[in-house]
Amino acid sequence: MSSRILNWFKFSSPATFYPLAGRIGVWSMVIAVVLIVVGLYMSFFVAPTDYKQGEGYRIIYVHVPAAWMSMFIYLVMAFWSVLGIIYNTRLSAMMTSALAPTGAMFAFLSLWTGAFWGKPMWGTWWVWDARLTSALILFFLYLGYIALQGAIDDTRRSDRAGALLVLVGVVNIPIIYFSVKWWNTLHQGATIKMSGEASMDPVMLWTMLIMTFGFWAYAIATAMSRVRSIILERERETTWVSELPEVRG
Amino acid sequence: MFEVYRAILMRDLTLALRRRSDVFITLFFFVVVVSLFPLGIGPEMDTLRMIAPGVVWVAALLSSMLALERLFTVDFDDGALEQMLLAPQPMFILVLGKVTAHWLITGIPLVLMSPLMGLQYDLSGNALLVLLVSLLLGTPALSLIGAIGAALTLGLRGGGVLVSLLVLPLSIPVLIFGAGAVEASVSGLGEQGHLYMMGAILVLALLFAPLATLAALRISAE
Amino acid sequence: MSVAEFFDMGGYALYVWGSFGATALLMIAEPIILRSRRRSVLKRVARIIRMKAEDAR
Repeated sequence: MSSRILNWFKFSSPATFYPLAGRIGVWSMVIAVVLIVVGLYMSFFVAPTDYKQGEGYRIIYVHVPAAWMSMFIYLVMAFWSVLGIIYNTRLSAMMTSALAPTGAMFAFLSLWTGAFWGKPMWGTWWVWDARLTSALILFFLYLGYIALQGAIDDTRRSDRAGALLVLVGVVNIPIIYFSVKWWNTLHQGATIKMSGEASMDPVMLWTMLIMTFGFWAYAIATAMSRVRSIILERERETTWVSELPEVRG
Repeated sequence: MFEVYRAILMRDLTLALRRRSDVFITLFFFVVVVSLFPLGIGPEMDTLRMIAPGVVWVAALLSSMLALERLFTVDFDDGALEQMLLAPQPMFILVLGKVTAHWLITGIPLVLMSPLMGLQYDLSGNALLVLLVSLLLGTPALSLIGAIGAALTLGLRGGGVLVSLLVLPLSIPVLIFGAGAVEASVSGLGEQGHLYMMGAILVLALLFAPLATLAALRISAE
Repeated sequence: MSVAEFFDMGGYALYVWGSFGATALLMIAEPIILRSRRRSVLKRVARIIRMKAEDAR
């Protein structure tokens, strides 16, 4: 048992993780491009027209994956933060800060596409629907994390402060979600249903899943590339960085 | 255990009351913000009555954010915070003592002033009472949650604004139930549900917030 | 389905292409930003090493 844990921890040192991240990054970007191209083709040509919302509903193939990804990335950041605090490995904190901008981008995209979907369907650019409001608050949590990381110069402190903030945030997300839901149903009565997942035609569902996996691979690719830059920035004084071909070349 | 709590509480209260002006700054900010809204929205009483809970609550939220800055910075600068971190007594109690002192200095004045502010918005007697109770339950939770942000951003440049960016999203449930309680009582729905939820949030914050603040202080004070 | 009809998206052209366009824009811009960030980091690291090499001499 101990040997398995040992080699697992081998990747926690930036020097050994750096080349691995490069390979994972390239592969996941290839997978992402393939999946997204297939997903786009399916969402425009294969998926049937929605009986109620006509062609406009196709925004779902971008809106829902972006919303899922923004929530999923925050959970992954929380996972890395827990690892970082327990094992005190600096790399986990680097992964958290590598994921944050992509997560913020997906949160912003889910708001943008949500608004662009709301305009034709409900007549207004912004609807205080429980899910959209929670997405907005999640976007603020991302901005808070990025701002905190930016404000602290000492990387050791910014890592651990960021990790704590993500954990406090992830504990609060369910509370925020339910209080927003309570607040929304209280004022508006039954909210306007965005899209009945259950009544989804299987092709529609598969298109959305393919797009989501495409976005997921994309997020891994960007996180890997950003974590490599972070590793280089933080380990710039070390010898292994100076011997890197791309640095010496 | 309880003496430490009382000692810290007394110490912080006396320290704060020596600089009495700080107490009035947050209160003055609260009063000004609440009085600005009618100037912006117009004097019609029925619109004002409708927005009153939200306005008073948002103003209370902002002024409690304003006061967070000084929660730890004074002790952090003169090294007292390190001594507290090293003290044999559990830091949880010390943090709780400091947050209670902060709440007594900034939260209570808001609570006492809120009925007066409600009168500006022509709220009925019962609504004023519910406003007072909801603020009484809400402001400690705000101070507790805010303490986490204050501890995280200790000694950072631009810390004041950063604290609000970190803490405001986390205090949204308190705002929703606080303002909702008053509005529910005005519309006859009854405010018990909201107040119970606020009590629950307060208990949660009382238990977990000091732990997070403790961890954040250890990180920042290193 | 003719090309014009496709782009019209049943009258929802602005909204569909607005959301897909923004998504495409951001998901293409981000890798580009990352590549330029990587290039600038490598340049900085190379300069540090050159400076250290000169100090050593």
